[in-house]
Parts: sequence; structure tokens; C-alpha cells
Amino acid sequence: MQSEQKPLLSVRNLKTYFFQDEGTVKAVDGATFDVYPGKTLGIVGESGCGKSVTAQSILRIVDQPGRIVDGEIVLRGADGNDVELTRLHPDSREMRDIRGTEIGLVFQEPMTSFSPVHTVGNQIVEAIRLHCGVNEREARIKAVETLRQVGIPKPERRIDEYAFELSGGLRQRAMIAVALSCNPRLLIADEPTTALDVTTQAQILDLLRQLQEQRGMAIMLITHNLGVIAEMADDVVVMYLGRVVEQGPVDAIFHSPQHPYTRALLRSIPSIESTPRVELPTISGSIPHPYNRPSGCPFYPRCPEFIPGTCDQAEPALRAVSEQQSVSCFLYQSQVSQGQGTKPSEGMA
Amino acid sequence: MIAYIIRRLILAILTIWAITVLSFVIIQLPPGDYVTSYIASMSASGIGVTEAEAQALRIQYGLDQPIYVQYLKWMGMIAQGRFGMAIEWGRPVMDVIGDRLTLTIVISVAAIVFTWALALPIGIYSAVRRYSIGDYIATLIGFIGLAIPGFMLALIVMYVGFKYFNASIGGLFSAEMADAPWNWAKFVDLLKHLPVVAIVLGIGGTAQMIRIMRSNLLDELRKPYVMTARARGLSEARVIMKYPVRVALNPFISTLGYLFPYVVSGSIIVSMVLSLPTVGPLLLKALIAQDLFLAGTIVLMLGVMTVVGTFISDLLLMWIDPRIRFEKQ
Amino acid sequence: MAETTSPNIGPALPASPREMLPQELPTSQAEEQIAVATQWQLMWWRFRKHKLAMVGSVILILFYLVALSVDFLSYADPDASEAQRSLMAPQSIHWTDNGRLSPYVYGLTGKRDPKTFKRVYTIDPEVKIPVRFFAKGFEYKWLGFIPSDIHLIGVEGARADETLFILGTDVQGRDLWSRLMYGTQTSLFIGLASVALSLFLGVVLGGISGYYGGVIDTVIQRVIEILRSIPTIPLWLGLAAALPGSWSVQQVYFAITIIISLLGWTELARVVRGRFLSLRQEDFVMAARLAGCSQMRIIFRHMVPSFLSHIIAAMTLALPAMIISETSLSFLGLGLRPPAISWGVLLQDAQSIQALAISPWLLIPSIPVVVAVLAFNFVGDGLRDAADPYG
Repeated sequence: MQSEQKPLLSVRNLKTYFFQDEGTVKAVDGATFDVYPGKTLGIVGESGCGKSVTAQSILRIVDQPGRIVDGEIVLRGADGNDVELTRLHPDSREMRDIRGTEIGLVFQEPMTSFSPVHTVGNQIVEAIRLHCGVNEREARIKAVETLRQVGIPKPERRIDEYAFELSGGLRQRAMIAVALSCNPRLLIADEPTTALDVTTQAQILDLLRQLQEQRGMAIMLITHNLGVIAEMADDVVVMYLGRVVEQGPVDAIFHSPQHPYTRALLRSIPSIESTPRVELPTISGSIPHPYNRPSGCPFYPRCPEFIPGTCDQAEPALRAVSEQQSVSCFLYQSQVSQGQGTKPSEGMA
Repeated sequence: MIAYIIRRLILAILTIWAITVLSFVIIQLPPGDYVTSYIASMSASGIGVTEAEAQALRIQYGLDQPIYVQYLKWMGMIAQGRFGMAIEWGRPVMDVIGDRLTLTIVISVAAIVFTWALALPIGIYSAVRRYSIGDYIATLIGFIGLAIPGFMLALIVMYVGFKYFNASIGGLFSAEMADAPWNWAKFVDLLKHLPVVAIVLGIGGTAQMIRIMRSNLLDELRKPYVMTARARGLSEARVIMKYPVRVALNPFISTLGYLFPYVVSGSIIVSMVLSLPTVGPLLLKALIAQDLFLAGTIVLMLGVMTVVGTFISDLLLMWIDPRIRFEKQ
Repeated sequence: MAETTSPNIGPALPASPREMLPQELPTSQAEEQIAVATQWQLMWWRFRKHKLAMVGSVILILFYLVALSVDFLSYADPDASEAQRSLMAPQSIHWTDNGRLSPYVYGLTGKRDPKTFKRVYTIDPEVKIPVRFFAKGFEYKWLGFIPSDIHLIGVEGARADETLFILGTDVQGRDLWSRLMYGTQTSLFIGLASVALSLFLGVVLGGISGYYGGVIDTVIQRVIEILRSIPTIPLWLGLAAALPGSWSVQQVYFAITIIISLLGWTELARVVRGRFLSLRQEDFVMAARLAGCSQMRIIFRHMVPSFLSHIIAAMTLALPAMIISETSLSFLGLGLRPPAISWGVLLQDAQSIQALAISPWLLIPSIPVVVAVLAFNFVGDGLRDAADPYG
């Protein structure tokens, strides 16, 4: 555990709800985790588990009718001062400077992430001019340089092209270039490879790793793909219905998963060692409707280890099960409280 | 890009051709022919026309020949800039139309400028502040604007102007300017009369444009590029104006292709009510009097004017939307 | 992997299947209901949430009820002209007489102003004409076969000159209220007839265009594009002016319907074609084809039911344009001609500012036009939203 190092970003008990006529969707419901400088945090979960909304909450760009109702998001500034992002107005000067210069964002779908009627260069230059206080010409030079860094050939020509003129892989590289143009210390990549074909996926992941080494930036990698997590992440957060169900170092999560949901997820990956012609296990049932969340632990209706009278009554809190790993499940609650007296590890990751 | 222009150009030419056919049908459709109406109008003014004279006229206009020959002859005349005689007026059609066609274009363009100037900001506001009170008011006004036909609005405006402001609304010029030759004072006079006309003519289109802009922008606001623009740290106002509004502008501009015919159509009726010196009242008179060359020419001119307007909007769209510029094929 | 990825990037919200949920139901029960609900039920639930559309529906039902019972609602012959009663202002009904509920109107005496030659009417407080509900009047056949002489309101005076003019009279002294009732009937039904005809053209041509595609599609699409880029009113006027003056009211009525729908079918064809194009790609159509269904069966059993709701919505939105077209044409004197009565024919009397200044009540027929068009738009909007209950 990186206890010697202070986290770059700390999210505590984040709750982002969407208030709609039909009811309230608790998209993120008490997420807690840390991102450390220079490391990659993988956030994994099924569609609709609140991964993307978590990223949007951090950047304070949650769309109406969504709102952060509770929790803290603390960003350690370059000068060592902490900034509490939830206290800033989303459209304030300060918050806008944090977007782009401190935190960059890459989306899943590179085609629609670019404006269809502006050139790629226009959108990079705009970000550079906004944050770096340089003139048009210098910004352009810097933009070409950034495009070159992300491995786009002939960047001085590509810069004047539109997103629809680029191939899928190049588009995603250009997207990364936009996000990195002002040297952010944290890059949030929301499903960065999902829309790409497999070979391109590998190239983009390589690129991200390489850029991380060069720049020493932290990456928050959001994906539903456990393979990507295994390859990229240092630490992993597993989310289910807006809640963190388990977190820990990547090795611990893959080799000794504790939460029944994590275990089920891992079982459902096809592996080269698995017995041929045996049906791949799936998680029974489906994600409950967001308006219709089960009471208690959100996973209990699908959980193979459901304890009647407990799991459907109360919500389990996130507790440490080992020095580095914490789980939110009643299976481990008694063990922890009776055990070595470890205090509830809200601050641990 | 060139393929796009050529395709649009071919369509424009086809449309003009279709309009010539329809105009010709309008000229041909009523029972009797041009000479019959001519004789009727002559004898009404006390001048008798002998059978031989009538026959000579028929041959002169080729009325004794098959219909397609007549069409080709008519087209040939038009190609030479001869549009025939306006019977009622006893003068060549183009003399009678005079600057009425130009004035029709002027009020149509003014109405479209008004429509856009109003619909654009209201549409943007309605989409960005969806479900706000302002949005509901705009939607309501939009619906009402949609429900009041242009001529009815003209009647109401005229009545209100007369009753409560004691002003006679109508016309494009003051009485003393109407027949004056064009000069600066007449131009200023026209500008003074234009706003009311533009509002009456444009309000129905405005309602539609607001709805189109609102729904287009709502679609665009949901797209990921808006969120990435926000994530780049642009201010909210700049995000919206530079990206989704800019993209939503394309379908907005492309509606010019049908907004223009709509406004020209409306101008006919509104001109009747507000007695504007456009081709509208002239067309109506010509149709009622079966002054067919005049009516056919006006329909043809209006059609061609619309096609040119649509073609300009196509070029505008190409200039503004790179996706069309780079379209292959 | 445990899931399928959705291409959604925005907040992980449900697409919107919830929107058509009846709100009053508790969630789990509602979910079950949705699972078994038919397409039409889903649409109805969603439509019901659109308040303006509900209001619009009620108004439209009332309008068509009026159209079906004009004879009952009017109390005078709409064509009975009487120079002595030219341009009378609307009469106000006094509801109580000496504290008793007994509605009456005062009698009017008309004189010609010797200077202006206008007829001036003065109230004669001596003459109280009683107004009665469900009064006896001229005989008629309700819906064409039920004989009756009961009218919603009427006067119970024995003398012929004791009559009522709720909305005043026109130049020829005809009762505007009764004329408005008959005009409503004509205008609403001409709208329906035109839409039906447009629909026929639109479905046939749009369907052919969308189902077969290829060259036929291109040709039909170009024709539509050309028709849409021509200003319609001059064309309408031209066609309408060509109708022989000797034609009977019915012939003109029929011809105007055709003229209006000839130019109005393009929008419906566009909708139908769009639906056909997208449905052609659907798996269930492919499945039907593989199962050996005939083309007719595929079109009418599989494709049409799945876009019927869209067609109905498009029709409702096309109706106001038809009504406005008829009104505009008749207003200009090139549509329906007297003695036919429609909203446009009635408004023709209000054409000049001179007429309006003296008798502003001639503008009253514009109110039902605006209300009907608004109602059709509201209902059409609601239907369009509801047409896609799964979207």
C-alpha cells in the first residue's frame, strides 16, 4: 500500500443522484476511493453501475437533472494545497482551470467526442490557448507536438482534418492528445478502448502506459473489461449499483477476490485454462432497475451467499479484510469487528 | 463537393422544368383559350373582334397546334424574354409585373431575417433552459403562432392598428411615395413599412423554427462532444455556443429550402389583406379574370425565385457543414 | 464477460422505458404491468401523460360533436337573408328577469342613418324576447335519419321578427352563429377528407418508395423534393381558379379536396417511406420473409401494424395544414364558393378594414380556426411522442 504517499485524488462517500419525474436514480451512492500519483486505478463494473457518473462527478460535469448530493472529492493541488471540488461552482473559473490542466478526460466513442464541424486542431488549440495563455501560433505548435507524442503520423497535416476523416485508432489518439494538451496530472479514461477493434485496443493501452511513464501522471481507467484491468491497473475498485463493493491491489482482487460479486465477475471470464465445452458461468438475474433498488445490500437478489434477514435488511459498509483490500459484504463484517480490531477503513485503499 | 453542387444544380433545373409545366397547365386548364378571353375583354370594352381576326390571333399564338407544340412555343417565347400580353391591362406581362417581383423578394427575405433573428435565440434558450418558465412561454407562443394563419394575423394586426392606434397598417409605402421613382426617401419609407409586414409574414415560420432549433439543440446537447468540451474547461456559455449550437445550426439552415417557399406562399395572401404592391394581389386578380399569361408568368417567376433561394441555401449549407463538403461520391 | 457494453456514454440511466409508466402504480407492480401491456396500452399510458394533448383531444371531440349536430345547435336557417337585419351586432342575453331565471334578449329596431346610409340598431327595452333551451324550431333530421325539431336554444316568440342573434349577422342579415355551426361542419370534414386522400397517396407512393427502393425510390423522392420546393399557394390558386364557375357546390367541394391533398401528401409519404426503410432492416421482417410470407402479407401483417401509430400521428399533424389551406383558399375567393359555408367563406366577409371597423364580430369565425388548429397540433404532438412507447 502506498501509505507513504498521499493520494492525488480522494473521493469520499460520493453520492450523485438523478432527480426525475419518475423517481430518483441513485447513480452513485456512496463511492469511496483514492487515486495515487503516477498509478493507475481501475474502476470496473457492469453498465449502469455508476462508473461514468463517478468520472463526471469528479469533473463536475454531471448533466441535468443529476446532482452531487453528498460526499467529498479532494484534489491535491500541484502546490500541495487540497481543493474540495464539490464546494466549487461547476462553471467557476477555478473549476474550469482544474478541468484540462489538472484532470483530462478521454471518452469511449472518439467519433462523437469530437465536434463534427470543427477540425481536430481547433479543439486542441482551444484547450491550450485557454489554459496555457499562449497565442494562436504557439498553441498550434504545441498542439502539433502533442499529436506527435500520441503517435499520430504527419501531425502538421492531421491537425487540420475533421474527426470523421481519421481512422478509429487515430481518432482515439487525437482524443488523448486533446486531454493531455495541458499536461494534466490525472487522466480519466472512460472506456477508452471499448469502441475500438482488438489490435487498436492494445495499441491505445500501450500508448496510455507509455504516456504515463513519460509524464508520471495518474490514470483512472473506467472499464467493464477485466482483461484491460488486469493489464493496466495497479489498484482496482469494483462497483455495483453505484456502490464500491470491493477494492484493493490488482493482484489481490484477481487472486483472492472476497466479495461474491467480484468472484462471480471473475468466474465469468473465459480463460484458456478453463475446461472446454462447459458452459461459462454467468451471474444469475439481471441488474435491478435503478428506480427499484433492493433494500439492504444491492447485490443480494443475485448473490449466491445471500443471508436472509441480514443482507436484505441493512447495507454493509466498506471494511478492510486485509491490509490492502476492503470489501463491503456481511460475510466479512463479523470477522472484522471480532478480529484484530481494525477500525473501519474508510481512509484505506 | 463538386458532385454535391452538380446534384443540387440538376435538381434545381428539374424543379424549374416542373414549374414551367405546371405554369403552362395553369394557363391551359380553364375552358376556352387565350383568344376567347381576349375577345371577351375586348367586347366588354366595346371593341368587336371579327371571326377572321380571332382566327389570326389563334394562329399567331399557335393555339391551333397540338398541346406540346404550344408548350414548346411558350417556352421559346419565355427564352426570348417575351411573356405575352396581360389582357386586362393591355400591356406586356413584364410591364405589368414591374418591380412587384422585387418587392415580393424584399418582403420574403425580410420575413426570413425576422424569423431567424427571433427563432434562433429563443430556440437556444428553450433548449438550454428546458422546462423553465421561459421555455413554456416560448413553446406556447410558438404553438399559437403556428395556429394563426398569416392572413388572419394580418387581419387582426390591421384591426388592432385601426381601432387602438388609429393607424392604417398596410402597404409598403406611404401614399405620397407609392408612385414616386426610386430614391433614398422612398427606400427609407419602405424600411419603415417593412417591420410590420415582416412580423406578420414571419411569425408562423418563426414558431416552426423555434421548435426545430429547440429539438435539434436538445439532441446535440446530449452528445459526448459537449461533455468533452466541458471537460476541457471551457465556460458553459462558450461550450454551448461554439459546439452544439453550431452543429444544430446546420439543419436549421437547411430548413431554408422549405421556409422560403412557405414564406413566398404566405406573402401572396398577406399581401392581399395588407394590400402590398407585390405580385400577390396581381396574381389573384389575374386568376379571377383568367388573365392567363399574366397568372402563368407570375407562378413561373415565383417558382423560379424559390428554386434559386433553395439553391443558395444549399450552397450556404455546404459552406457551413464540412461533412457535406467532404462527402464522397 | 459479465455484461454487454452499451454504447451509452452519458449517465448510466435507463433509456426511458419508465417514461410511460403509470405513475400511481407501485414500482414492482408497474413493471409487471409493462411486461404484459400491449403496444396500444403503452401508447395510451404515455399519451395520457401529455396534458396538452389530453386537453386537445377533448376539444377535438367537442368540435366533431358540433359538426355532427349542427342542426341541433343552430337555431336559424344559415341561408335566410334579410336586408332589414344587415350587420346586427351580437346580442347579449340577459339571464334573469326580475330575479327569476328567465333568459331574454331585447328587441332591436333598425333604421337607416340618413347621413351615412348605414343601418343603426337601437335597443327597444319594451320588447323582451324570451330565450329558451331545447326550443322548437325548424325541422331537421339528426345524423341524417332521426327527425327532430328541437334546438339547443331558440326564441319562443310567435312572431317571425322576434329572433335571436348570438353572434350578430352578416351583410345580408344572415345569422352568424348558425352559419358558424354549418361552417364548422364543412371545414372539419373537408380537412378529414383531404387528409384521407393525402394518406392514400402518401401511403401508396411512400410505401412503394420505401419498400422497393432503387430507381423507383429515387424518382419518387425527386418528385417529392420538387413539389416541396414549389410555393404551394400560387399553385393552389392556379388550380382552383381553373375550376369552372358553373360547377355545383358539391363538385367544387370535391375538387378543392383533391387540390389540397394533391400538394399535401408529400409529408405523409416521407414519414411512410422512412418507416418502411427502417423496418426493412428489422429482424422480424427478415424472419417473416424467411418463413415464406408473401410480400403482401409481410407489408400488411408485419410492417403496417408496427408503424400505424406513426401514421396516425403524422395524419393528425397534417390536418391543421389542410384546414388552414381550405380556409385560406376560400378566404381569397378561390376555394369553396357561396352558397357553401366554411370558416374561410365566413372570413371572406371580414376581408376589408372597412368591414372590420364597422362590424368586428365578422372576425369571430377565426376563433374556431385557431382553436381547432391548436388542438390538432397538441394531439398530434402527444401522439407522436406516444407512437414510440419503447423509444
